[in-house]
Amino acid sequence: MTTIQKKTVDPTAHLTAEDIEMLGKELDEIRQEILDDRGERDARYIRTVIKSQRGLEAASRAVLLFSIFPPAWVAGTAGLSVAKILENMEIGHNVMHGQWDWMRDPKIHSTTWEWDNASPSDQWKHGHNELHHTYTNVVGKDNDLGYGIMRVDEEQRWVPFYLAQPLWNFINACFFEYGIAAYDLELGKNLAIPKEKRSADFKARAKQTLNKIRQQATKDYLVHPALSIPTGSFVPTLAANFTANLVRNLWTHSVIMCGHFPEGVETFEKKSIDGETRGEWYLRQMLGSANISGGPALHMATGNLSFQIEHHLYPDLPSNRYAEIAPKVRAVFEKYELNYHTASMPKQVYSAWHKIVRLSLPNGWLEDTNAKNAPAQLAKLYKMTTGGPKVRRAIEARSRQERRRREDAA
Amino acid sequence: MTDMLIRPAAPARTLRHRLTRFAEAATTPLLPADYLDLVAPLRSGTDLRARIVSVEPETRDAATIVLKPGADWAGHVPGQYLRIGIDVDGVREWRAYSLTHGPRADGLISITVKAVPDGKVSNHLVHAARPGTLVHLEQAAGDFVLAEQPGKLLFVTAGSGVTPVIGMLRNLFPVADSGVVDLPRSADLDIVVVHVAPSEPDSIFIDNLRELDHHGAVRLVPRYDDQHGLLDVNDLTGLVPDLAERTTYACGPSGLLDALTEHHERAGLTLFTEQFRAGFVEAGEGGTLTLADGTTVAADGGTPLLDVAEAAGALMPSGCRMGVCFGCVLPLKEGAVRDLRNGAITTVDPISAGAGGVPIQTCINAAAGDCHLGEKR
Repeated sequence: MTTIQKKTVDPTAHLTAEDIEMLGKELDEIRQEILDDRGERDARYIRTVIKSQRGLEAASRAVLLFSIFPPAWVAGTAGLSVAKILENMEIGHNVMHGQWDWMRDPKIHSTTWEWDNASPSDQWKHGHNELHHTYTNVVGKDNDLGYGIMRVDEEQRWVPFYLAQPLWNFINACFFEYGIAAYDLELGKNLAIPKEKRSADFKARAKQTLNKIRQQATKDYLVHPALSIPTGSFVPTLAANFTANLVRNLWTHSVIMCGHFPEGVETFEKKSIDGETRGEWYLRQMLGSANISGGPALHMATGNLSFQIEHHLYPDLPSNRYAEIAPKVRAVFEKYELNYHTASMPKQVYSAWHKIVRLSLPNGWLEDTNAKNAPAQLAKLYKMTTGGPKVRRAIEARSRQERRRREDAA
Repeated sequence: MTDMLIRPAAPARTLRHRLTRFAEAATTPLLPADYLDLVAPLRSGTDLRARIVSVEPETRDAATIVLKPGADWAGHVPGQYLRIGIDVDGVREWRAYSLTHGPRADGLISITVKAVPDGKVSNHLVHAARPGTLVHLEQAAGDFVLAEQPGKLLFVTAGSGVTPVIGMLRNLFPVADSGVVDLPRSADLDIVVVHVAPSEPDSIFIDNLRELDHHGAVRLVPRYDDQHGLLDVNDLTGLVPDLAERTTYACGPSGLLDALTEHHERAGLTLFTEQFRAGFVEAGEGGTLTLADGTTVAADGGTPLLDVAEAAGALMPSGCRMGVCFGCVLPLKEGAVRDLRNGAITTVDPISAGAGGVPIQTCINAAAGDCHLGEKR
């Protein structure tokens, strides 16, 4: 994930400043078409989704009252998993983006919505809407890139600690909602401050998050299992709720990874956004996001984040419209000869995980390794892991040299 | 020395209270009501709503909307109005209409709406509203009601201003299939109705008024602009010779009401008025911005309200400053704003203003009139 400014080939080099402003105008026009047409059909859509989701959740929880019986457990758990995914993705995420604020319905409004997730909506909106959506893929500004906790860029010096990052990432995926809550609290940064010096604001927000987690856990792991006691289903219901949360966490983590992590998605230097115009902002969003191709069910389950590009260009347009404008947006990409990054879910998930594994190893290690040289490569990795910084630097330098020689020969 | 701690008495932990808490724990972060409302939106204990039972055309551009209100509807007195919130093109709009029936035995209520030119809500209600639609209500309000001992009355109504008066008359003289019913309580009433309308066909409720006139319940004095010319309030003495003995109730547009008020003040007569059509702010270029703490500053038509407020030293909620994150949303309690991205105008109607204002993004909206912002919710 080398930033676009440090790459040898800049995919935007062929665009003049006028091109970029024209591109911005064309994207503004697409937005305006939807705003002019937005109305009853959209309102009906979100209300139907909300009603169906609540119906599905209530029915699944009712079935789980009898979860001692395996078919009930399976059906209830599956239903609850889907309900939680819908609630977080197509409803919660999008409502909190303000996509439905135009309806002026106080019950479906970004300022009043609270979601079925560990992170309180206020804090999530700050971390996600303000930081991530404004500074998308700007290194040092957009924490979603994962720099704080992982090695996501060749430029970051490799240390043995990173070998475990595929494992960290998997654990983060399983407990993703708590990961998000910790992230919105900027827990790492704040815990590094001595307890007595932490800000009152942080303490208040931490309390708010703990309170939310307590309520969420009470519901899933106490109240509903307790309601199942009459059929002897306390433990199966608890297990079902845990499973549904796990499924939701793994799914949302995968979708989020597909949005900005696949190979080929661009990142940007902090200085590059100084005085950025609207056209340049659009261009950054275009290059910094990746779509997932698939059918309507997939789009619904990802909260239409399968149209990550469209979502990043127009985060406040109703999600049901992204599919409709995708061909127009794609035409703009083609007109300005830019790469519209889209692939199937398995491909994008693989690509994102491949990047995490690749960067968990020293630069070039994975690419250089084949069946023949595997023992030698492993020995090298062992040395780099157990040796000190000097050893690592020496081996890295030698590897770079060898690679250059090979390239010259080819 | 020991400090005496006086604890406030713990709230009564009734069974009902505990059950409610338990139900809330089972549905968090939502409330039990969020689920119940999907199946029983008119039940007791939830937000007040109503279902449209029928839409009955009155004239070519007016209709009576019959509503079944939710269980918590507290009833009304004839002459009162209600606030109704209905989704037009997906957007919740609130307007006030007067109730046209006295309390009915079947518990239904009705409003009569005249479609005004460019009236988003009135046109929707008259021409597009369908039975079965769920609408939002507030309890009946308004002081335009008859006194206990009404005595001799004069009603002056213009246009759709006839509706609260019809509500009063229907309560005094119920109309059954067999005709007007004489109630003992209404026997001593002496009522004159001066009804003003642009023309006879445009006159809503004219049939009801004529029926009451034929029956002798009221004396109807119709005034049609196309036949009689615009009504001059000084002609009232000619139309109603015993004007001085009567209490006047007037409902209509502000021009007529202003003239009547002046006329009656001069003559020392009693007048109750109800202005019906709400005034709207005309969007202009720029204006002033008044913040929740009372600070007022000039706001030009090209600078976002957020920037205007911050330049004046106010602490404002903000986020991306480009219309993306909705971190800057504040209620606009009064005035009009223009979206700097596309020129779209948002105005605050008096009903929304009463309900706390219209939430707007301050970072991309500029003043299009004098604006008042409220506190972050």
